[in-house]
Amino acid sequence: MKPRRERIDPVAWLALPAVAYLALVYALPLIMLLARGVMGPKGFTIEPLASFLSDPFNWQVIANTLKIAALVTVVCLLIGYPTAFALAWSSGWTQVVLLAAIILPLSVGVVVKAFAWQIVLRRDGILSQLMVSLGVWDEPVRLLFTETGLVLGAANVFLPFMILPIYSVVRLIDPRLAEAAATLGATPVYRFRRIVLPLTLPGVLAGVVFVFSLSIAMYVIPSLLIGDRYQTLATLVGRSFLFMRNEQLGSTTATVLLVLAVAVVVGSGVLARRLGRSA
Amino acid sequence: MTRTEQGAVIAVWLVAAGAVAFLLTPLIVTIAVSFGSSAVFTLPSPEWSLKWYARLAVTKGLAPSLVTSLQIAALSTLVALLLGTLCSIALVRGRFPGHEAISTFLVSPLMLPGLVIGIAMLQAFRDVGVRGTWASLLVAHVVITMPYVVRTVVGALSLFDFSLIDAARTLGCSYVQALRKVLVPALAPAFLTSGMFAFLASMDNYPISIFFTDAWTKTLPIQMLQYVEESPDPTIAAISTGLILLAVLTLFLADRLVGLRRLAEL
Repeated sequence: MKPRRERIDPVAWLALPAVAYLALVYALPLIMLLARGVMGPKGFTIEPLASFLSDPFNWQVIANTLKIAALVTVVCLLIGYPTAFALAWSSGWTQVVLLAAIILPLSVGVVVKAFAWQIVLRRDGILSQLMVSLGVWDEPVRLLFTETGLVLGAANVFLPFMILPIYSVVRLIDPRLAEAAATLGATPVYRFRRIVLPLTLPGVLAGVVFVFSLSIAMYVIPSLLIGDRYQTLATLVGRSFLFMRNEQLGSTTATVLLVLAVAVVVGSGVLARRLGRSA
Repeated sequence: MTRTEQGAVIAVWLVAAGAVAFLLTPLIVTIAVSFGSSAVFTLPSPEWSLKWYARLAVTKGLAPSLVTSLQIAALSTLVALLLGTLCSIALVRGRFPGHEAISTFLVSPLMLPGLVIGIAMLQAFRDVGVRGTWASLLVAHVVITMPYVVRTVVGALSLFDFSLIDAARTLGCSYVQALRKVLVPALAPAFLTSGMFAFLASMDNYPISIFFTDAWTKTLPIQMLQYVEESPDPTIAAISTGLILLAVLTLFLADRLVGLRRLAEL
């Protein structure tokens, strides 16, 4: 091989096996999937995509996917942001409890957790019993197979992915910054808004992207918690391949889902760089 | 401390306590149901029993799927540790263009929908004529385990002082000895945590595995979801309790070896 203009470090070759492996069994198949979506028997065509997008049912599916993902992300952020601070402040056994509660569910499979939420959310489930005995609900309510139930279950599974990135930036914040601001007369609200919040934004962004990406792609959780009548892009992909045996529909839906997921990742990358520059 | 601050601190701890309860709910419910006598998941159960655990022994397909999952997870983690570590060394030490792009590429399977990756692989493998279920599963699972290894090992390597290897060589070690005696021990915690998460991700994977299983070769999550859909009874809770116990043991070990805090530093 001829030496290139910029001599490549021999150490760089160590990256080759992994990169080649992923290029071959992961990147290439994805490119072929995208190509299949826009290539008909007579060459380039947008016909499958156009017919997919002309069906109002599919727009409903896209809307469902985005709505559920947005709700799950908001719930995770509302619970995860304060919890990340508690984790950073904690020490001793409180820290052990918090860490165990975050990491243990992370190491238990999603089928197990979704199954447990099926039990919790039934009409005669413990959530219903608890709410009735507390007097919040007048009669038992079934949350299983509702949007609320799905959001609750998904937020439960994805919450650690919100807490950990935020925790990783919170624990690096220099407490002297806020003290200095306080010495200079800044009110607590002002200190939070102008010092703590901007410093935690990169972690928040990472967590939001993580949870949102996981939520638009989830398959097992909606299958168990909301059922077939409510379709998201991912469940539609799964159904068309595994039950309907409609590969054309499955491929097109998968393409739409893939484009959406890539857009989220790329968009967040741009945002993160902008955050980095303004900081 | 002003009153606003006190209020905020109290609110933070209240939310955190709620989060702990919320996160542990599915695990506690599963364990409670598995020891109950009722087949319809009544909680609290009228009486306790071990009958669902006895049922495990006669549940068809459970043991083979567990074995398949363990084999695939262990092998794919090993392959990912090997390829991923080599690649991480290149990323941290090598001077070449496209660093950022390569590390993003290697971690990207975590961010893209598993089902889409699974379908793409299924179609590609079919085009090439790869048929073996077990081999396809292994090849596919390395893609799932690799991101965990690369992410953690790159992080650990960028903190490693490579002049220590030169120091070891000056003191008479061969290059390989220096790697084994200096680099490997320094990376051991990274291997352990990334290996653990990679192993668990493989054990838990549903959306990619579903395209590479057949009637004879199933992984555990596939088999379990099938039980949940066909005959939901607390036998599944008994399996799940076993898996939760396994997770607790793993975490306990990991805590002894590297500390829980380190696991949280994703």
